[in-house]
This record gives sequence, C-alpha cells and structure tokens, in this order.
Amino acid sequence: MDRVLGRIWWLLSASAVIAFFSPPVLWLFGVMDGAQLTQYLQQVVSGTANGCVYALVALGIVLIYKATETINFAQGELMMVGAFLAFTFITMYGLNFWLGAALAVAGGVLFGMATDRAIIRPVVGQPVFAIVMVTLGFGFVVRAVVSMVPGWGTDTYALATPFSGADLRLGALVVSQDYAAIIASTVVLCGFLFLFFRYTRLGVAMEASSENQLAAYYMGIPVKRVYTLIWGLSAGVAAFAGLLLAPITFIHTQMGFGVIFKAFPAAILGGFGSIPGAIVGGLIIGIVEALAGFYLPEGFKDVAAYVVLLIVLLLKPEGIFGRVVVKKV
Amino acid sequence: MRFLFKTDYAQDTRLFPFGGTKRFWSGLALYAAILAALAHYAPVALTSTHWLGLAIVYAVAFGAVLLRQNADGEGGHAAFWYGLLGVAALSAPFVLDLYFLSQITFVYVYAIAGVGLILLLGMCGQISLGHAAFMACGAYTAALLQAQGFDLLVTLPAAILLSALLGVVIGLPALRMTGIYLAFATYAFAFIVEEVLARWDGLTGGNMGFVLSDPSILGYTFDSEQKMYYLAMVLFALTLLAGLNIRRSSTGRAFMAIRDSETAAEAMGVNLAVYKTTAFAISAGMAGLAGAVYAHLLFFISPEGFTILLSINLLVLAVIGGLASMHGAIFGAAFIVVLPQLISLTKDSLPPVVGQLPGLESGIFGLVIILFVILEPMGLHGRWMKIKTYFQLFPLYKRGTFRRQKSYMVSEKNR
Repeated sequence: MDRVLGRIWWLLSASAVIAFFSPPVLWLFGVMDGAQLTQYLQQVVSGTANGCVYALVALGIVLIYKATETINFAQGELMMVGAFLAFTFITMYGLNFWLGAALAVAGGVLFGMATDRAIIRPVVGQPVFAIVMVTLGFGFVVRAVVSMVPGWGTDTYALATPFSGADLRLGALVVSQDYAAIIASTVVLCGFLFLFFRYTRLGVAMEASSENQLAAYYMGIPVKRVYTLIWGLSAGVAAFAGLLLAPITFIHTQMGFGVIFKAFPAAILGGFGSIPGAIVGGLIIGIVEALAGFYLPEGFKDVAAYVVLLIVLLLKPEGIFGRVVVKKV
Repeated sequence: MRFLFKTDYAQDTRLFPFGGTKRFWSGLALYAAILAALAHYAPVALTSTHWLGLAIVYAVAFGAVLLRQNADGEGGHAAFWYGLLGVAALSAPFVLDLYFLSQITFVYVYAIAGVGLILLLGMCGQISLGHAAFMACGAYTAALLQAQGFDLLVTLPAAILLSALLGVVIGLPALRMTGIYLAFATYAFAFIVEEVLARWDGLTGGNMGFVLSDPSILGYTFDSEQKMYYLAMVLFALTLLAGLNIRRSSTGRAFMAIRDSETAAEAMGVNLAVYKTTAFAISAGMAGLAGAVYAHLLFFISPEGFTILLSINLLVLAVIGGLASMHGAIFGAAFIVVLPQLISLTKDSLPPVVGQLPGLESGIFGLVIILFVILEPMGLHGRWMKIKTYFQLFPLYKRGTFRRQKSYMVSEKNR
C-alpha cells in the first residue's frame, strides 16, 4: 500500500513540476503564443509574491514549532501588529520608509519576546493542545486590542512604499515593483536566516535546543532565553511579512486571520518543522492559488490550495520535506 | 447496540437493574409535588398535552437516571441529585420566559456537539478543525429532507447517518497522520464542504440560505419554544447516555488506549484504523444531530453559519468545559452560550467609552480562554470537582490534592 502511494506520489509530483515548467517549452515549439505565455508568467509572478508572504508567516510558525513545539495560531496577529507598527511609523509619524520599516520589525521582535514571557512561559509543559488554545485565545485578544488602539481601529489602511506604482519591465512581462520587492527581500531574508543558523553561535544554540531541549540544557545553553529569542526572531520575520504584504493588500485587523489559514497549509505541505519545506510550501500554495484563480472557474481559487494539501497529505502524510520518527518498541 | 458498546449479558443486567422501589416512589412523590406547584404558579394554563408530554419525558429521564445505579445501590446519591436536576430541567419551560428558555435550548444543542467532540478529542485524542462541516451536513440534510415532506423520524437519523459517513471520509486522513497535520486535513475538508454548500445553489440555496418550517413527528408539530426545548433536551439526554456508554465499553477503552499511546494500543491488539474511523464517525454523527436541531431552532441556515469560527467555538467549548469528562460538554456549552450574553449585558452598564469599544467581545473571549488554560487546565468540570472534593473532605482538603506532577516539555515528535 505504502509503496503504491509512494509511486503515485512520485508520478504526480513529477508531472506537476513538468506541467509547471511546460509553457515556455510549448511556446518554443509554437503551441502557445506569446500573449498566453506572458499571461501565464504574470500569474506565476503574482502567485510567487503572495506565496513569499505565506512562506514567511509559515517560516515563523515553523521556527517556533521546531524550537518549542508550540503551534502558534497567533502568528498572523504578530504579522498584523508588525504591519500596524509600520503604518504608525511611516504614515502617521511620517518617518523615512526604511527607518520606519526597521522600527516596525524591531517592535515586532520585542512584541514576540514579550508574548513568550507573558503568555507562553506559564503554560510550558502542558499538553500541546492546551498551548494551541492559548495562542488561539491570544490571537483574539491581540485583534481586539489592536482594534481599540486610537488611530488604528477597525478601518482599512494602505501603506505607501518607495516602490508603489512603478513597474518593472522584463520584455513583455510587466511586474509591479511591489511584487519584485517582495520576492527579492524574501530571498535575501532566507539567505540571512540560513547563514544565521549555520554560522552564528546563537543560531547553532537554537538548532540544538530545538533538536533536544534537555540535552541542550545540559550543554550549558540557556534554553529559556533561547526560546524567548526564537519568539523574537519569529515575530520579527512575521512583522517583515506584514511589511511586505501591506502594499499589495491593505492593513486591517483581520489580515492575519486570513493569512494564517494559508500559512499553516503551507507549513504542513512542506513538512511541519522543516524550514525549506515552509518556504517551498508557501510558494506552492501561492502559485496554485494564482493559477487556479486565473484558469479555473470562479470558486476554485480558495479551494485549490486545500485540495493540493489534501492530495499531498493522502500520498505523503509527513509532507514534502517532513521526516517521520516512529517509536520502536 | 451490543456491537457498538461491546457489552455482554451480565453487563447489561448490571447496567439496567431494577432501581429499588423506595427511591422510585419518593422520586415520583417529589415530582408530583413540583408539578402541583407548577400547575399553581405557571404563567400559562397547563393543558392535557402538557401533562402527557411531561409525564413521558420525565419517565424516560428519571428511569434512565435510576437505572444508572448498579445492583448494590451505588450511585443512589447521584440518582437523587440528577433526578432533581432532571425535574428542574423539565419544569424550566413553565417558569422561565421565552428568551432564557431558547438560550437553554441552544445550550443543549451545543452540548450534543460537545459530547461528540469530547469523545473524539478527550477520549480518542484526535483533533478536528472540521466539526462545523459535520454540523452543516446535519443541518442541510435535515432541512432538505424536511422540504421533501419527511418528519423528524426520518430527517434526524438521516442527518446522523450522513454526517457519520462524512466523518468516516474526513477521518480517513487520521489513519496516516496526527496532531497539526490532522487538524488542517480536517480543516481543508471542512473548507471544501463549506464552499460546495455555498456554490451548489440549486440544491442548498447558496449564500442566500435555506428556510425551514416547524419540525414534526407523526403529525405532532413542534411549533413553540417549549416544545423545541423538550425536543432538544431529550436528544441531548440520549446523546449523553450514548456517550457515557461508549466510554464504559471496550470501544471507549480502545479510544483511550489510542489517545495515550498509539504504539502501545496497537501492541495490545487495538485496530487503529477501525477505532479511529469509529471515533470520527460517532463524533460526526453527534455533531450532525446537533446541526439538525440547530437548523430547526434557527429556521434559517446558510453556509456562513458553519465556518471555521464555529469549529473553533466547539473546540473552546470542549477545553473550557473540561476534556476529561462528559460533564464538560454541558459546562462548556453553557459557557459558550452565556458568555456573549453576559458581555453584552455588562456592556450597557459600562461607561460608553469602554462599552462601545469594538472587539470588546472577542477580546474578553480570548482572555478567558488564556486564563482558563493557565489557571484551570481541567476546565470548568475540573473546578467543580475541586469544589466538591473540598466539601467532601471538609477540614482535610489540601491545596496539593489536585496538583499536577511537575512536567517538562511533552514532546510529540516521537509517538
């Protein structure tokens, strides 16, 4: 049974990859005309941009899960707070965009660390499910509090960036600079994170405490402090994602709740607990959504991501890059 | 029944013994006294239909409670108190005004779904973010069949069966995954179900919704709040009885074995595939029943009523009520229904600056969840147990009685 499913999985994933890359080839052979190819690439680019945001939120979820085994349902709210901070600094206080963005991310980091200390620390050691409920409740509270802050409220805001409005032309392909900025900065951020986990003492300590909490503690790693820092890092990534998402959608209190139900499938698709998996999963969800929204009848846009998730989980329950650890008796 | 509950003859006779004449007659006398008081003070004149309905329902409820004590007469105290509770529940329609009555009816409906969720989550350890889909399935089945002219005797079993079938389908992923994977697999299914309900407007009316009429059984129409109250109450009692019996049976023990360790359960000969699917089917069936009654209470259903928020609400119900016991279902349901009312009541008395704040409701909701998990992880039922034990042991109660063992992080990476 498992072998058959494995075969089907290879067949399906290979054909999906081939189908994804086939339009340029079809164009070369003259099956597809230039306008169709441009349309297709346009969808892929916008899907990738959305997927990058999903990937970053999923990345934050995975970072926290890997280290602390806390499934954080409030990640979307961390993102929302980051976006609102950016709005405050840039639009309300009129600061320089880059300074405001840096302040917003820093504020997000502090908020994440405070969350860990105030909300998560008291429930460490309880069943995973209880902690999930805590983060869920915390999400409700954050949304409520944000809607009460004077100047934020329940309204919808736009965030102007230095890129807004301008387009990038690559031949016939027109890419809005906002999208290009999202994709480029996601790549840069992922590169930094990779180097951080590979080469810095703190990064290695984080890896160690996520691998085995007790062993890391015995090796002299201050596990509690590392956890707080991981929450800070993860919330910083979320705030960054909020900053990226703000120009292409809008800033409002519910923005996190919408993204979280795409980011979780993304993280699961890639294999929950795998950092590259989260990024690949986010890209898959974003691109599938964009292509389904364009080529399939109305209504499939929202469902497509979940259909893909179900198919992958049925064939490969641990996700694309997930690893299974089975207890041997 | 015998297959599901896995009972043998000896267990059956122990489960349904004759409860003792003295207790029976004293209970009946109490009931008669309360009825007499009711007849005297009731705001509406009691007709013979009222009396007949009351008598039947009371006989069922009181009999069920009496029969729960075993041959040695244990559980007699419980029988008395539950009997009293039953009488209070039965007489509520004559005492309370319609608003409170309908709120209690909603408590019953949520509690039906809560029993199912506690079976699945608290006993079998399988998480589901898709219970809204089961309720939607039950609601739409009941509504569509009623539109075809069937009465409750057909629509309710059909709603239960179809939802259970959907539960088996949604439970299939559970055979190969756990935890967060399962949660989002069920969520994905539920989302697709919701989308189908919204798009298939030829059948379901789409987002415009679907209007129901008064439900009926064999020509008897439940056309008032009071009648709906009794209907929901009886269905809740039956669900609770089924839930308690499943827990007591070997099916329930298999669930608990799976919850505690799948590896150990499998080693003991528990067929994981069969029992996980059974758990999903039973839980989904109960949610479907709740959905059907919910639809009849509201007279109007639309896909927007069955979103992820309802699933989350049900999870909150189970956690706040307490996952360890079936009592949690009714506690949690009462909490879910009462809290929003309480908030909107206090809103008026607060200064307008605070009371008019947007998001006050969801903020308090979230805060209560956080505080409960931090301060009272066993839920309302756990708190009730502590209060009860305090009085039972009166001078001897120690703060440490219920203290949990100091635990380090529980890892779910290896299971």
